[in-house]
Amino acid sequence: MSESPASGQRASWLEVSSTPVMRIGLVCPYAWDVPGGVQAHIRDLAEILISWGHDVSVLTPVDDPDTLPDYAVDGGRPRAIAYNGSVARLTLGVKATGRVHRWIKEGDFDVIHVHEPVAPSLSLLACWVARGPIVATWHSSMDRSRALAAGYYLAQTAMEKVSARIAVSEHARRTLVDHLGGDAVLIPNGVRVATFADAAPAERASGPDLVFLGRIDEPRKGLPVLLTALPRILERYPDVTLNVVGPGDETEVLIGLDPDVQRRIRMLGRLDDGQKASQLAAADIYVAPNTMGESFGIVLLEAMAAGTAVLASDLMAFRRVLDQGSAGMTFAVDDPEDLATKALELLDNRELRDELAAAGRRRVAGFDWEHIAQRILAVYDSVRVPGEKVRVDLRGQLVGRLAGRSSASSDRRGPTDRPRGGSGR
Amino acid sequence: MNLTWWQWAVILAVLVLVGLYLSMTAGRLDRLHRRIETSAASLDVLLTRRTALTLEIAGSGLLDPATSAVLLDSAHATLAATQDGDDPSVRWLAESVLTRTLSQVFDDPTDVAELRDEPDVVPLLNSLAGTCQRVELSRRFLNDGVRACRQVRRQRLVRWLRLAGHTAWPQTVEMDDTPPVGLSGPPV
Repeated sequence: MSESPASGQRASWLEVSSTPVMRIGLVCPYAWDVPGGVQAHIRDLAEILISWGHDVSVLTPVDDPDTLPDYAVDGGRPRAIAYNGSVARLTLGVKATGRVHRWIKEGDFDVIHVHEPVAPSLSLLACWVARGPIVATWHSSMDRSRALAAGYYLAQTAMEKVSARIAVSEHARRTLVDHLGGDAVLIPNGVRVATFADAAPAERASGPDLVFLGRIDEPRKGLPVLLTALPRILERYPDVTLNVVGPGDETEVLIGLDPDVQRRIRMLGRLDDGQKASQLAAADIYVAPNTMGESFGIVLLEAMAAGTAVLASDLMAFRRVLDQGSAGMTFAVDDPEDLATKALELLDNRELRDELAAAGRRRVAGFDWEHIAQRILAVYDSVRVPGEKVRVDLRGQLVGRLAGRSSASSDRRGPTDRPRGGSGR
Repeated sequence: MNLTWWQWAVILAVLVLVGLYLSMTAGRLDRLHRRIETSAASLDVLLTRRTALTLEIAGSGLLDPATSAVLLDSAHATLAATQDGDDPSVRWLAESVLTRTLSQVFDDPTDVAELRDEPDVVPLLNSLAGTCQRVELSRRFLNDGVRACRQVRRQRLVRWLRLAGHTAWPQTVEMDDTPPVGLSGPPV
């Protein structure tokens, strides 16, 4: 630790006591310009840490490097690779390792924080190349144990370097504990509460508004369940509008629907965060008819932040987010009849909707990024040592060593030079 | 004994595989030991910071003299235990005592809220609250690493071939690190 001799011993202790500015490296496993929960999480975390004065660099794969914000570093284009029974878009290979190597060497980080480090990705490579405090966050629950079995040795080597593990949900924590042993701290996903709470409500039709968010042609998101329930809702409230926000082929979804029902549906396509917030703020009820419990339920929290009553399927993850139903109403999973009944109950009772919205606002405060990012910073502090940096460490790693050489030599080359193939090419 | 060429080849292949396995395991052990070292250093920094903050609050004149004396006593005990400790358990015991003293002094959020009226002390109390939370996390992560390392070191080959070298058997840190109830609230 560097300290001026004049500061004295006691003062130097206290210097450490306020969280000092840290250099933090975040690693994103998926392409930055493809919308996704993990990417959004990393973006929000990076931006709030930067607003608090920390030095943050995000290493991420990206298709079009021009879309990167100035705190992000291009980790290369992801390539479609057959992995684990499906085609995944991953970034790997000697060249990618070289980029990770250079990013860590030049980053001079106090801590690096990798996300979803199990799939062969930049996250895994970063664990592999780095030495020092590494924090890892698991986002999804991996029911396919093959995902781990395939790259088990690779994952294990990387995992043993991870000093602190975070899981965003109980589900993710359990799979992690079952597959890799050890433990993880539970820190949920964050929500930018202010963005949603302050959103100007979108223009709306005269009748009550329902809103659905998510890929419309992904059955797990449950749009078909909602569409089946819609005629019964329209029987009592013919002026209801269903706003559908999300990408996907709409003709396929609407096929076979009564034209009178179709007329009450507004397909809005993919919207950006601001427009999404406005739609939520304008709606009377946000409906989450998901049929599978793999997601964390971040949209539920966004709806709560926007002050909209939530009606969600009775999935474990959703019940947890809704505080066992006290911050939103639930209906039986994949049951359009129950959905319609509960939706009518909410439409009948304005007071109940307001109550749920108020409970939702209170509930979501604990998930605000301001709060979540503080908890993540506490994890960083609990594994790092002030003054010690993350370094490159390639001992015992053949491929890594080759990549290290090629990146070192590419430092000296101009960007347009061809590699001269000194590393086993 | 006459062996054909392929029998030699099999023996050679087995030897190479065993060698690779051993070098990989040695690498794993090295990584695990290093991770434990960093985690232990981090816990040490946090505990030292907790002591320093306790001393600072006790010396601030904010609390009544009796409470200040109790805090000073427990905090000094952790310093003494750190300095002369050949036996780490002496230190963990002293730190546990400090944990309990802090829990008794800051046992009620409403009392602590009154203390917060004094603007000078707010950053100190916030730092103490944050540090206590970090101590709890840090010990948990350290023990996690120790358990992972022990698992590898219990393997027969590792013991027989002394792959861990002279590195001491890793010890978990057993102490009471429950953050004081009165200081809970939004983490800082």
